[in-house]
Amino acid sequence: MSSLTIPAGMPQFDDVPRFDVAAVRADFPILDREVNGHRLVYLDSANTSHKPRQVLDVLAEHYAMHNANVSRSVHTLGTEATEAYEGARAKIARFVNAPSVDEVVFVKNSTEAINVVAYAFSNASLGADGDPRFRLGPGDEIVISEMEHHSNIVPWQLLAERTGATLRWIPVTDAGRLDESGLDDLVTERTKIVSLVHMSNILGTVNATARITARVREVGALLLLDCSQSVPHLPIDVVDLDADFIVFTGHKMCGPTGIGVLWGRGELLAAMPPVFGGGSMIETVTMARSTFAAPPARFEAGTPPIAEAVALGAAVDYLTGLDMRAVQWHEKELTAYALDALATVPGLRIFGPTVPVGRGGTISFALGDIHPHDVGQVLDSLGVQVRVGHHCAKPVCTRFGVPAMTRASFYLYTTTGEIDALVGGLEQVRKVFD
Amino acid sequence: MQLDQLYQEIILDHYKRPHGRGLRDADDPADRVAEAHHVNPTCGDEVTVRVATDGTVLHDISYDGMGCSISQASASVLHELLRGRGVGEAFAVHEAFVELMSGRGQVTPDEDVLGDGVAFAGVARYPARVKCALLPWMAFKDATARAGVGVSPEVKA
Ligand SMILES: Cc1ncc(COP(=O)(O)O)c(C=O)c1O
Repeated sequence: MSSLTIPAGMPQFDDVPRFDVAAVRADFPILDREVNGHRLVYLDSANTSHKPRQVLDVLAEHYAMHNANVSRSVHTLGTEATEAYEGARAKIARFVNAPSVDEVVFVKNSTEAINVVAYAFSNASLGADGDPRFRLGPGDEIVISEMEHHSNIVPWQLLAERTGATLRWIPVTDAGRLDESGLDDLVTERTKIVSLVHMSNILGTVNATARITARVREVGALLLLDCSQSVPHLPIDVVDLDADFIVFTGHKMCGPTGIGVLWGRGELLAAMPPVFGGGSMIETVTMARSTFAAPPARFEAGTPPIAEAVALGAAVDYLTGLDMRAVQWHEKELTAYALDALATVPGLRIFGPTVPVGRGGTISFALGDIHPHDVGQVLDSLGVQVRVGHHCAKPVCTRFGVPAMTRASFYLYTTTGEIDALVGGLEQVRKVFD
Repeated sequence: MQLDQLYQEIILDHYKRPHGRGLRDADDPADRVAEAHHVNPTCGDEVTVRVATDGTVLHDISYDGMGCSISQASASVLHELLRGRGVGEAFAVHEAFVELMSGRGQVTPDEDVLGDGVAFAGVARYPARVKCALLPWMAFKDATARAGVGVSPEVKA
């Protein structure tokens, strides 16, 4: 790796908090295991991250000691469970600098969070009294981009079908960045919502959102950012981002599966109709009709994933303990190292930015004409776990003219030694198939 | 896990030098021609298999597609094994191949029936790859049904 020289006056390396990777790795029990006779080299954290002991312990302890339903009991256990659940909400609010705890809605994952917003739009469009910001019909437009995960495409396609609105998208450049050249024609007075990925799960691109946000504000639309890949890896501040909604998913940020977050501006959540009906989301119920609780409860019908939420709170504590700026720098260094190392592999083509700027530690590539399935299989035989396929972003594969890609993705426990193992494994792949 | 059980020489040979690749018109204009296009939604592999038949003999099986070594080699083996065979015989081979692939590595293949197809025995131990191997075979089954021979199309693998 070429060492970076940072001009005087800019923040220097020493200003950046660091952590000891070996100590971090010791927190993750799974990293000790072997795969196919080799030390596990896990390069699939963009898919799901591993969980540190601190999170696993909280999950087990919750069930062992504090198990009860939330928000509906006066007894001690119920109070403990409710405090833990609401405590987790407060931690998460602080983690993303939400102005109010009540802006954090617990959902199952990012996919559900996006669907909740999409269905709030269609529910608001049904009656005459829906808030105009959420009313959609023929002539209205929804804007996404060509680099979205399927979970930020399909809900909007379905919404457009239900309401007669039109779905449009921002294209992607050859370099794997959003092509903002036509922004003013794409985002117009007809646009009701723009829903964009903050960091691409396939290209690794971190989108600079300022220009888009400015345009969204100019036309009076709403902005949702899919932060599934950014919240785990970068310091995120919703005030700074100036979005209206962000979504993220617990399992990619050291938390358990089954828990995710919809953050929304308080006044917008308050204007949104409910999506799921049931227990805990009501104000009062008669046989004729019901009225609904204020957010976040309005959007949390039924018994929520309590232990998972509490454990996500522990994950946020863990990340905060390391300092998200340190996580970001660790991954920036790994990315620079990996981009240099992969450039030495004959026939390897990277999709997405090839410089460690405006991108995160998720790198997709092709190795000559060798199919990603075959690449992944040989790497697996060496203990190296990468993802192969379309990464739930088929339009990106189509954009770059390939049916599938191989992807290596890093996290706070990834080492340069693991990147070396990947590069060595790719040499093995070429031996089998050339 | 032994990688060379999966990537047998035979499979790599068929992958690197596929037999009968490319969609073709029927030699005999009286033949019925039909094709089926199958995709594996989890990985994006695609194959189109076309059959030309008079109803009793499969005069040609041609194919095109893109995908991993397993799915592409499997199409090549399919072509080689079944082209020119009687419909009944071809279905018996088809059945044997499907049985081999569904056997989780417990089925001993019969080389007299399956020819180069026996090389796929190792693939059956990799659940994630079984669909790759079956992709052209399932497309073949649909194509023959569309050509009016054989039974109704099977559930897609
Ligand atoms: C960018 C992006 N958006 C959305 C999702 C969906 O996350 P989940 O499957 O947890 O809902 C993912 C992860 O797969 C992702 O990477």
